[in-house]
Amino acid sequence: MLFLSKKQDWLGNIRSDVLAGLVVALALIPEAIAFSIIAGVDPKVGLYASFCIAVITAFVGGRPGMISAATGAMALLMVTLVKDHGLQYLLAATLLTGMLQIITGYLKLGSLMSFVSRSVVTGFVNALAILIFMAQLPELTHVTWHVYAMTAGGLGIIYLFPYIPVIGKSLPSPLVCIVALTVIAIYLHLDIRTVGDMGELPDTLPIFLWPEVPLTLETLKVILPYSVPLAVVGLLESLMTATIIDDLTDTPSDKNRECKGQGLANIGSGLLGGMAGCAMIGQSVINIKSGGRGRLSTLIAGSFLLIMVVFLDAWISRIPMAALVSVMIMVSIGTFSWSSIVNLKQHPLSTNVVMVATVIVVVWTHNLAFGVFVGVLLASLFFANKIGHFMYVESKLDEVTNTRTYHVIGQVFFNSADKFTAAFDFKEAVDKVVIDLHRAHFWDISSVTALDKVVIKFRREGAEVELIGLNEASSTIVDRFGIHDKPEEIEKIMGGH
Amino acid sequence: MNTNTNRVLACIDGSILSEAVCDYAAWIAQRVDAPLKLLHMIDHHPETAAISDLSGNIGLGSQEHLLEELTAVEQQRSKLRLQQGKLLLQAAKDRVIQAGVATPDSNQRHGSLVESLIELEESIRVLVIGIRGKVHENQPDKIGAKLESIIRSLRKPILVVNEAFKAPQRIMIAYDGSKAADKAIDIVATSPLYKGLACHLVYVSKDATATEQWLQPVAEKLTKAGGIEVITKKLQGKPDQALCEYQDKHDIDMTVMGAFSHARIHDLLLGSFTAKMLLNTHKPLLLLR
Repeated sequence: MLFLSKKQDWLGNIRSDVLAGLVVALALIPEAIAFSIIAGVDPKVGLYASFCIAVITAFVGGRPGMISAATGAMALLMVTLVKDHGLQYLLAATLLTGMLQIITGYLKLGSLMSFVSRSVVTGFVNALAILIFMAQLPELTHVTWHVYAMTAGGLGIIYLFPYIPVIGKSLPSPLVCIVALTVIAIYLHLDIRTVGDMGELPDTLPIFLWPEVPLTLETLKVILPYSVPLAVVGLLESLMTATIIDDLTDTPSDKNRECKGQGLANIGSGLLGGMAGCAMIGQSVINIKSGGRGRLSTLIAGSFLLIMVVFLDAWISRIPMAALVSVMIMVSIGTFSWSSIVNLKQHPLSTNVVMVATVIVVVWTHNLAFGVFVGVLLASLFFANKIGHFMYVESKLDEVTNTRTYHVIGQVFFNSADKFTAAFDFKEAVDKVVIDLHRAHFWDISSVTALDKVVIKFRREGAEVELIGLNEASSTIVDRFGIHDKPEEIEKIMGGH
Repeated sequence: MNTNTNRVLACIDGSILSEAVCDYAAWIAQRVDAPLKLLHMIDHHPETAAISDLSGNIGLGSQEHLLEELTAVEQQRSKLRLQQGKLLLQAAKDRVIQAGVATPDSNQRHGSLVESLIELEESIRVLVIGIRGKVHENQPDKIGAKLESIIRSLRKPILVVNEAFKAPQRIMIAYDGSKAADKAIDIVATSPLYKGLACHLVYVSKDATATEQWLQPVAEKLTKAGGIEVITKKLQGKPDQALCEYQDKHDIDMTVMGAFSHARIHDLLLGSFTAKMLLNTHKPLLLLR
């Protein structure tokens, strides 16, 4: 299953796939280097990772046309692991991350993504953009004015070059920016930082190596707290990106296969000396924009990246960091969901709170997993609160028999249970109380407890209590959703019984 | 018989064979007194890119912009295809009305033909389809790319049309004694389609001593239940070649047979008989499954 793919996924779009793959490869190089620097490892770790992950996901991924490689979201999670324990532990953590992701795929946990609401996704994406931008700041502080000029010039090239007729749309502007800035820096003998200053670049093809860590429980204790968030964040970003590509190309993808594919890719990366990675929103959008649709474009991107890096390492080491920073600022701007700012005015406050809270938590903790957790939690609370409003109680007094009849209508659960209790008038002296639950839905034990309390309270006041329609009302408590999935069953429960 | 659930379904794609498909579908619909439905599929090719901008940069809102751009291009394309399909269907409709079908239905769907046919399977009585579509239109040595998977996935009779219409007078039933063949015989015996046609019941054997005797009970069944006149014949040689030669010699207009009776692995190793017949025959092939 994992290696099965349609012929048209590979050969349906050859020309565009190859061109798009080349464009993506060129854009991947600065990103892989920049993310290695964020993680605190040599650029070669990120470059090997990008090669491995792109090539492996080309074959086993669930979303053709998506680009996966070393990413900022993952790099930010491994900073302290690298600082405290070194590269070998990072490789071990990468392997474990891959295994966790494969397990997730086989348990079909990809469907849990449905709990991540649209506003959480937007918050995640915006937070990611902000983090990528913030990661560039160390390159822009305590430097000479040359760096600022170079960075500004680079951004100018990136955004203005495509407006030049003819060549503008056929040459990737980030590449033009890098080449131009490198030439300027060499020609003017500028004393600014270059990629070569940041660490070792790959000079050979990657080789298979088992991480040099003791296979003990101690090691597991060190890497597990890193592997779990890495696995979660990697899958989140991958599945979000897959959804974005689904929308852009109007085609479906296999999310559980994507989970397994990401896992295999990370295991491969860990064994070849690379860091953990996942799908990249910005690069995938660039790929689709360039016309990439199939698995071929991802494969070309990965393999071309390695060829370039291995054969051009002398030149790559002379690229000024300012050029890299320009490209990364572009990625950060492109990743940011601009419409989410425009929509702030129209969207309901609860949605905005979820989005902004997700961003704040991520930027504060540098951990996207926490942000998503907070976002999902908030979104659920808001949802419960909204549904809680769909409950009211009306009542009628029959003066002849001195009987008060309460009609409960709507959703009773933990959130609306207090409102439910408060709707009854216990001070009224009546002989009999009838509580009609025909049109109510009891969702959990809190609501049943609340009902019990109401009944007991009325009894203490000396009234006879009669409940009507309790069985129907409480049939929603049952956890056996399988039975209720059929339309006629849903109609029975939710309809006017 | 419920008129809603048993239609003759004709697949139209605007290739040369589409007219013949209409004619044969009209012929069947009239003989079995079933409603006729014309189906046109709007092909989409999501695996190819509509636009390709190699500038490689992304800026504010470029994702939203890209989505808008792609949607606009595809909308334009789909509208055009929709329009073309409507014209095709109208032409086909006119043709079958002229052939005598009073109220043909027409239907347009998006996506893959095989998937759509599987969805529609319950409402199909007979599927009429050209042996190759637009892609292989001018390659007489090829059968359509989707034909085999359609035949394999549907459990309904399929008439594969490969030449201009000629109202069948003489049909040939290829019989090999297999379960699929017996089932085909049952269908033929009970259907009004074959009434009044001359029927050749043909059996191909490598064994020179085998005789027509063996076919006698089958022929009787056809005559008794279906009122069909049967000529039995035993041939020798390679089944597909022998059958095609017989077809030419006796001026057979249509061949009826069971299809893809063997397991896939058998077909993979030895090549499927049905596929060989599809390639070699010059006359429409009615596959009964």
